[in-house]
Amino acid sequence: MSVSGVLIVIMAVLFACGVYAMLERSLTRVLIGFLLLGNAANLLLLIVMGRPGLAPFFGEVPKSDMSDPLPQALTLTAIVITFAVSALLLALIYRSWQLGKADTVADDEEDVALRHIAHDADEVALDDEVAVEDADDAVTTDFVDSTTAPITVLRHRDDPAIDDEAPTDRGDDR
Amino acid sequence: MNALIPLVVTLPLLGAAVTLVAGRRPRVQVAASVTTLTAVVVIAAILLVAVDASDTPMAVSVGGWPIPFGIVLYVDRLSALLVGVSAVVLLAVLLFSVGQGAADGDDDTPVSIFHPSYLILAAGIFNAFIAGDLFNLYVGFEILLVASYVLITLGGTESRIRTGVVYIVVSLVSSILFLAAIAMVYGALGTVNMAQISERMSELPPSTQLVIHLMLLIAFAIKAAVFPLSFWLPDSYPTAPAPVTAVFAGLLTKVGVYAMIRTETQLFATSDVNTLLLVVGLATMVVGILGALAQAELKRILSFTLVSHIGYMVFGVAIATPAGLGAVAYYIVHHIVVQTTLFLAVGLIERRAGSTSILKVKGLMRAAPVLAVLFFIPAINLGGLPPFSGFIGKYALFEAAARIGTPLMIVLIVGGIVTSLLTLYALMRAWNLSFWREDDEPDEAELESLDRVAYLQGAPAAGEQSERRAIPRIMTAATAGMVAVTVALTVFAGPLYDLCARIGTGISQPVHLQQLGEEAGG
Repeated sequence: MSVSGVLIVIMAVLFACGVYAMLERSLTRVLIGFLLLGNAANLLLLIVMGRPGLAPFFGEVPKSDMSDPLPQALTLTAIVITFAVSALLLALIYRSWQLGKADTVADDEEDVALRHIAHDADEVALDDEVAVEDADDAVTTDFVDSTTAPITVLRHRDDPAIDDEAPTDRGDDR
Repeated sequence: MNALIPLVVTLPLLGAAVTLVAGRRPRVQVAASVTTLTAVVVIAAILLVAVDASDTPMAVSVGGWPIPFGIVLYVDRLSALLVGVSAVVLLAVLLFSVGQGAADGDDDTPVSIFHPSYLILAAGIFNAFIAGDLFNLYVGFEILLVASYVLITLGGTESRIRTGVVYIVVSLVSSILFLAAIAMVYGALGTVNMAQISERMSELPPSTQLVIHLMLLIAFAIKAAVFPLSFWLPDSYPTAPAPVTAVFAGLLTKVGVYAMIRTETQLFATSDVNTLLLVVGLATMVVGILGALAQAELKRILSFTLVSHIGYMVFGVAIATPAGLGAVAYYIVHHIVVQTTLFLAVGLIERRAGSTSILKVKGLMRAAPVLAVLFFIPAINLGGLPPFSGFIGKYALFEAAARIGTPLMIVLIVGGIVTSLLTLYALMRAWNLSFWREDDEPDEAELESLDRVAYLQGAPAAGEQSERRAIPRIMTAATAGMVAVTVALTVFAGPLYDLCARIGTGISQPVHLQQLGEEAGG
C-alpha cells in the first residue's frame, strides 16, 4: 500500500492543532478544535484507502484501477456525523452566550466550593498569618472561580496610565 | 427469525419519527413511545429464547451484501440479553418521566422533544449492542451520544448547559479517538467486520496490535468512565432531569463496557493487556468509592458509586476466563437495573423533600415510608448484601478470580470487598441521614456540619429550587416496578446465572467469518 506523505503530514498537523485548540476554555475554540480533529480523522480514513484510483463504478472501469470504495463510504458517514455535531455545538455556544455573555467552560461549582473549604482550613491552620484579602489575587492565581479565561485585567489602581473608562474589546465584564 | 433483528433498531427510529410529528399531542407521543419500547422488549425476549435454544448466534447482513462487505447485525446471547434488559429499563424510566411530566404541567421541560430524543437514544443503544462490525458500533455510539447531548441539556438552563458542555466535549474526544482507531484498523487489516478482524489480527506484528488495542480501549474507557478517564461523569450526570440521569447511569456506561468486552474477546483474542486492565479496574473501584464517601449530595454519591462499580466490570473483563466473562454479564444486568432504580428513587426523594442533599433532607421515614423501602432495597443490593443480586454478581467475580489465584487477583478481590463495604457505608449513611433522622431541632454538631458544607445549599445539583411536592402515583409505580425487577434478579438468579455462564462460554470463543456467513444465509 503506497500513501502520500503530504497527506500524512497534513493529517498530523491537523491533529496537533485540533488538540491544542480543544484545550482552550472558550467553546468557540473547542468547536474549531473539534472541526480540525474531525477533518484529521477523515483524512486518516482517506489515507488508509491507499493509492487513489478511478471512481469505483462497477463495469465502467477495470477493477485494478479502482480506488477502494469502503473508506469513502466511511468518510462520508463520518462527515455527516461531524456536521450534525458541529451544528449542535454552535447552538450550545449560542445558548451559553445568551445565558452568561460568555462561551467559556465554567468550573464545576462543587469543586470550587471544595477548594474554598480547603482554603479556609488552611487559613485557620496558619493562624491568619497570611491574609489573603485581595480578591483579584484569588482570581488570577488559579483557574478557580474565574468564569472567564484566566487573564489578568489591569485597572487604574494597578497602573496609573490605564484609564478605566477607555473602551476595551472585553465588553462590559465589570 | 432473522428478520426480527433489524426491527430492534428500526422500530425506535420509526417511533421517534412518529413522536416528532406528534409533537403537540403528548398522549400520542406517550402511546407511541410505550408501544415501541414494549415491542422491543417482546422482540428481545423472542431473540433471547431462540438464540439460547438453538445455541447458535444469529446474524443478518443488511441490504443483502455479501458478508464481509456490508453491514452485519449480530445477535448472540449477550446481545439479546442486554437489548432485553435495556428495553425494560427504558420502558420503566419512560413511565416514570411520563408521571413526572404530567404532574409538572410540562413547564420547565419541553416534552415535545423529550420523546423523540429518548427513542433515538434507545435506537443507538440497541444498535451498539447488535453491531457486527466496528463502524456500525461507531454509528450506534454516535446515535446514542447525539441523543444524549440533547437530553442532558434539556431545557437549556444555565447549570445544565454548564455541565452538559463538559459531557459533550469529553464524548467528542472519545468519538474522534474511536474513529481514528477504526481508520487504523482498516489500514492495517483491510476490514471493519469484527469476525474478519479477529481472524486477521494475529498476522499483525505485536506492537501494531498493541497500538490499535489501546486506542480502542481508551475510546471505550472514556465512555465507560474507567478511572483515569472518569472525572467527567460525576460532574455532568447530577444536573440532568431525574429520569435522564437514571437512564444514562444505567445504560450509557454499560455500552462502553460492552464494547470493551467485545474488544477483548472478539477482536484481540491473541493480544493481552489484562494486567493493565486489572490495575485500572482496582483504581476505578477504590477511587470511585472514596469520591462517593466525600459527597453530601445524593445524586453525586450515586454517580461516584456508578464509577466505582464500573471497576468490577473491568475486573471481570480482565479475568478473561469463561467464568469471569459470565460473571461480568450477570454483573452488568444487575448493575443496569439497580443503578437505574436508585436514581429513580432519588428522583422521588428530590420531589418529596425538595432537595437531594443528605444534610438537608430528614425525617422522610415518617413522611414517606414507601419511599424509604424503595431506596433501601436497591441500596443494600448495590452494596452487595446477601442474598441480593449484587452479592451474587460479586461472589461470582471473586470466585472466578480466585480460581486464577495470582497475587494481583487476590489484591483485586480484597479491593472489591473493601469497595463493596464502603458502598454499603456510603449508601446507608445517606439513608440514615435522610430517612431516620427526626425532622425537628437540629443539634449542635449538625449545625456545625451544615455550616462547614454550606456550599451545598447553593449548589444547583442539590435542586434547591424545587419545592416539596406530592409524588404522582405513576412515578412510585414505575420505581416500585424497577425494585421488583431487582428482586426478581435475585429470585430467578439460578436460571439467569446459568444463562450468563453460557454467555461466558460463548463469547470466550471468537466468531469466525464463515460461521457468520452460514448464519446470515440460514
